[in-house]
Amino acid sequence: MRSTSKLFAALAVFAMALPATVHAAGDAPEIEAQEWSWAPPFGQFDKGQLQRGYKVYKYVCANCHSMNLLSYRNLGEPGGPGFSEAAVKALAAQAQIQDGPDDTGQMFMRPGIPADRFKAPFANKEAARAANGGAYPPDLSVMAKARPHGPDYLYALLTGYEEAPDDMTMSRGMHYNAAFPGHQIAMANPLIEGVVEYTDGTASTPDNYAKDVTAFMMWAAEPKLEERYRVGARIMLFLIAFAIVMYLTKKAVWAPVHKRDHSEETKT
Amino acid sequence: MAHESTYKPSTGFERWLDARLPIPRLMYDQFGVFPMPRNVNYLWTFGAILMFLLATQIATGIVLAMHYQPTVDGAFNSIEKIMRDVNWGWLLRYAHAVGASMFFFAAFVHMFRGLYYGSYKAPREILWMLGVLILVLMIATAFMGYSLVWGQMSFWAVTVITNLFTSLDTLIPGLGTMLVEWIWGGFAVGEPTLNRLFALHYLFPFLIAGVVILHVWALHIPGSNNPTGVDIKTKSDTLPFHPYFTIKDGFAVLLFCILFGAFLFYAPNYLGHSDNYIPADPLVTPAHIVPEWYFLPFYAILRVIPDKLMGVLALFGAIVVLFLVPWLDTSRIRSVSYRPIFKWFFWLFVICCIALGYFGSQAPEGWKLLWGRICTIYYFAFFLIIMPVVGLIEKPRRLPGSITESVLGKPSASAVGGAA
Repeated sequence: MRSTSKLFAALAVFAMALPATVHAAGDAPEIEAQEWSWAPPFGQFDKGQLQRGYKVYKYVCANCHSMNLLSYRNLGEPGGPGFSEAAVKALAAQAQIQDGPDDTGQMFMRPGIPADRFKAPFANKEAARAANGGAYPPDLSVMAKARPHGPDYLYALLTGYEEAPDDMTMSRGMHYNAAFPGHQIAMANPLIEGVVEYTDGTASTPDNYAKDVTAFMMWAAEPKLEERYRVGARIMLFLIAFAIVMYLTKKAVWAPVHKRDHSEETKT
Repeated sequence: MAHESTYKPSTGFERWLDARLPIPRLMYDQFGVFPMPRNVNYLWTFGAILMFLLATQIATGIVLAMHYQPTVDGAFNSIEKIMRDVNWGWLLRYAHAVGASMFFFAAFVHMFRGLYYGSYKAPREILWMLGVLILVLMIATAFMGYSLVWGQMSFWAVTVITNLFTSLDTLIPGLGTMLVEWIWGGFAVGEPTLNRLFALHYLFPFLIAGVVILHVWALHIPGSNNPTGVDIKTKSDTLPFHPYFTIKDGFAVLLFCILFGAFLFYAPNYLGHSDNYIPADPLVTPAHIVPEWYFLPFYAILRVIPDKLMGVLALFGAIVVLFLVPWLDTSRIRSVSYRPIFKWFFWLFVICCIALGYFGSQAPEGWKLLWGRICTIYYFAFFLIIMPVVGLIEKPRRLPGSITESVLGKPSASAVGGAA
């Protein structure tokens, strides 16, 4: 029916217009879209990139930012950085974790094991604030999903440090950042050339650091992304094949009715 | 359509059961040979799609509830645990979240279809009202479910919406505050609030399922409407539900699953708000508090009205007015396809609802506030003025004499045209 297709068209416009409007709120600067290895529908994380990103996180970000939802074991799980079992054990053991109480009721420190959560830099929110001029460095576990434009925004932020324009007065202890809403951010530019040394031949540039640590944060936020795409591809393929069969069946079931109509049409 | 039962128990067990609990007879009469107007289009498959979605939401929700912790400190992290450590947890959680959006999308299509083809007109008034009741229950369920994530948007949505009740203070001082503290179970949104939201979120889908049974019952008395709005007159106007419509609905559900899957597997957070991945913090208010997309038109109506109490009344009024539609429409015929004047107002109404959705997502200021108000006025005028008035003055186009005639595309000599 003509009106049906019109209604569908209107609803399709409706469906497409909505997400754009949902995210329209806010006055954040324009964020440029990047090409990422995990783009749907078949994208995957680059294991080397995730391992480099973990290194950047560990030596730079982790000085202030926690990642409370992640455990060392995650680093060796499928769909992630793909560290070997031995490497995961070694990485975990580098952290001193508080455990206890022991038989005498005392808390004690021990080397980390793969089941431990990533060790947080501060004991609590208050300590984190006190050490960072009153600004709280947010947990990075799901950061790649917690800001509009996700990873594109994180990359833009990490590479967005510039000299403040002359007509802008900066508050004390704040840094100018082109991507940050309001442009004044408490975090100083964390990614200085050479601050982390890459050993796999990748150039140790701030741009590479930003890309790699963003990829790592994306994996941290969506550790099942590869599994999701893989399962999704199978299910979508099945659904499409099933739908074709169902359509043909539907046509076959209805064919006698249409045939009868046609003969009646020619009869009268 | 209520019809004589033609079920014949064929085995001894069926005869035994038929004399005690005639479920096979019910299924045979209502879903086997049930006469459907043969000309219904694919918009009539959304009932089946909604049934499928309700079942999906309940199934995924029950498993999610096994892993979810309704505590202020544990809620957000327990959902992340489901996403990370529960087998297939990411699939369950994303299916449930995306499923809510799909549910509303399908329900809106279903309702616009009912509005367009006059499916609320006699003798289907109760059917329509039960549908609106399901919408009310859906809104409550979705709102409570969204709050359980306990992210920033969850927390502030609960704060904003529960605070609406304080507007009653302007009527009777203290009434609103008393009511809202009773709802919260304290003096602010907190753990008791989260606990009761969880309990009710688990209860409401079963209420919906109950009303759905009544909805289908009320449908099966007059039978389905159809694109012409002309009643079934002869047996040749109908086809049995099975196999013609089971197969058609099945195909439509599959197509809908492809849309569902596209969001679920490739853009599960596309319809959500990134702020809800920030754990709830009562000390930090988000810059813009916006509800999920399906509530935006109602949210727009709430915000364009400068007075709080009036805004709340308009918000509820926007849904209450739907209950009255069967009596507000004075048209003698059902289908808008045969209504040359009302047709324009109908499509303008669809555009108005979409526009309200857009304005709901924007800060209410400047031209957006003005147009939000114009759309709000049109929303109510459509039901309260245009529906009754146009129905009286409009001369409908000639209706086909019967459903069969509309399918064959020619008037038969016996059919008398005009309003049937």
